[in-house]
Amino acid sequence: MSDHSEMHDIVLQGIAASPGIVIGKTYHVDRGEMKIIYEYLLNDAQVAQEAARFEEAVERTRDQLRLFLEEVPEEFKDHIHILDAHRLILKDRMIYDETLRTIKKEQINVEWALKITLDKARAAFSKIRDGYIRGRIKDIEDVVSMILRNLAGKGYEDITTIKDRVIVVAHDLSPADTSQMNIDRVMGFITNMGSKTSHTSIIAQSLQIPAVVGLERATDRIGNNQLIVLDGSKGKVIINPSQATLEEYSRKKGKYEQYLADIVRCAHLPAETIDGYRISIKGNIEQLEEVTAVLDFGAEGIGLYRTEFLYLSSKTLPEEEELFENYREVCEIVAPHPVTIRTLDLGGDKFASNLELSEEMNPAMGLRAIRFCFKMRPIFESQLRAICRASHYGNVKIMFPLISGVSEIVRAKEILRKVQADLTRERIPFDEDLQVGSMIEVPSAVAIADLLAREVDFFSIGTNDLIQYSLAADRTNEYVAYMYMPFHPALLRMIRQVVTSAKREGIHVAMCGEMAADPLCIPLLLALGLDELSINPHSIPLIKRIIRTSTLEESRDYLSHTLLVKHRLDTSGLTRFAKA
Amino acid sequence: METIGREVVIENEMGLHARSAAKIVQISERFDSQISLCRDGNVADGKSILDILTLACPKGSVIRVEATGPDAEQAIREITGLILRGFEEK
Repeated sequence: MSDHSEMHDIVLQGIAASPGIVIGKTYHVDRGEMKIIYEYLLNDAQVAQEAARFEEAVERTRDQLRLFLEEVPEEFKDHIHILDAHRLILKDRMIYDETLRTIKKEQINVEWALKITLDKARAAFSKIRDGYIRGRIKDIEDVVSMILRNLAGKGYEDITTIKDRVIVVAHDLSPADTSQMNIDRVMGFITNMGSKTSHTSIIAQSLQIPAVVGLERATDRIGNNQLIVLDGSKGKVIINPSQATLEEYSRKKGKYEQYLADIVRCAHLPAETIDGYRISIKGNIEQLEEVTAVLDFGAEGIGLYRTEFLYLSSKTLPEEEELFENYREVCEIVAPHPVTIRTLDLGGDKFASNLELSEEMNPAMGLRAIRFCFKMRPIFESQLRAICRASHYGNVKIMFPLISGVSEIVRAKEILRKVQADLTRERIPFDEDLQVGSMIEVPSAVAIADLLAREVDFFSIGTNDLIQYSLAADRTNEYVAYMYMPFHPALLRMIRQVVTSAKREGIHVAMCGEMAADPLCIPLLLALGLDELSINPHSIPLIKRIIRTSTLEESRDYLSHTLLVKHRLDTSGLTRFAKA
Repeated sequence: METIGREVVIENEMGLHARSAAKIVQISERFDSQISLCRDGNVADGKSILDILTLACPKGSVIRVEATGPDAEQAIREITGLILRGFEEK
């Protein structure tokens, strides 16, 4: 590349997956799909040579796995069994003997023989009913791809022994890849694939490593061992940065780190206003991997565990056992703090790929969440069983989404009781005092909050949907998104009504929408008298800090002003809170 | 050569999953005897993790561990012992 100044500062935009800034050299981890070609072997000598090539590749793979095992970083010791299983699969007769036999019998090249072996294994595994075991085909695929890489002479990049501090650039990263990395050496992640909730993003967030994902063709456009600036907060990558850019970002990085250190240092202090009003702060999570981050950031439990991930991440429905293991692990880690598990909120635009349901005219108002669960009773019951079973191992609460009337909560509770009766009969232990709650995210639920409050142990206000339904404005529609307004007096009055009803019946009331993590809304929420806010893990330290620097009295003034606003709210007075 | 065997119940929560199957293979490999796991008429090679996995044994399955060979008795003892101890999982 020439040294002309116009070549400096090439900015690539991706998805901001994990915040923070790093400046450093890139390191390409090549994990692309390999093309396999078919070759017919002409004579015995070629067959013997091909068999030997296979044996060598297996040996080399075995050495690499042994090395991984020896050098797995301490924090990933729990994952060792995966590598152990990989080592066994390598020499397993279903793979090893079978491939050798195919090479000899069919007189074909190793690569093609491996492909046949893998197809056979896939067929055998696809018949297994247990979802967890069926999913182990992934381990076999990983092993086969390692052998293929060695056959291609590419080796398997030894990402466990990355020596310098680098920014990893890859097409995509699997859980196996990240678990093998020497994370201390990784300053940042950049991937072609991925979204805010993909595996790489979650790992990056929980390890607090800046990351940009979904940056199409990143692996083509960013060179290996190239100096770059990675801004995980903005989703930007700057290639060939000028001196001025480097200085600017060094300053930004310093400031950001100072700020983080400041707020994280106090994250474990309680969320209590100067004048002594205490509110509980919990975390929203979607995947098991996020749990530790939530606790590190000072949450007092999980206020919303969204359970869709396991249903959306695979082609087949998860089995009760898989769900149970997952919920149990979450609640064991979080105990003695509570974990509020929200039952399946599928439908609308989120569908498990194997459920063929007709397209809806208006999915947001269609067959989704609790309505979907009533229709898909076996799916619902299997999830309820898993949740109840997990409740034996920690402090679990259960929450039903999209409740719009009393009859729905009554019906959901009836199904829950039936499931619990089954468990009792089967002598499977569960928490008999398991608390049941209702999401308040439909305007009709607000209107009858007094009646609903008699049926449940707690409310959790889901503001994302409540705002959209109340104001009839889709926040993803560019023409009406401006109407999506948490400050709308109508909404604040609704929240007040829900809190009042809850207090009258003596039940707990939480908020788990994005509004709860909006610094400008915090004084309003304090004044409205919510018992709990459940927010995305990374906002926890900041929100706690805002609360600790607020007073309830001042917050009440803002609220009374806001409830009477006729036009658009002037938030200039509130920005003080955001800067806390 | 005589085949000996013993029936056991899989007691650990997740059944015969990857980790537990790996433990069986690791033990089986130390023996010269041929080792099989049988369930409902299906037979898996005790030295093949994939074979054991495809046997798909959830918690509560009754399996029969069989061994044929010079050290069959010791092999059965160790493998059934491991299963009865719930694979030493917590």
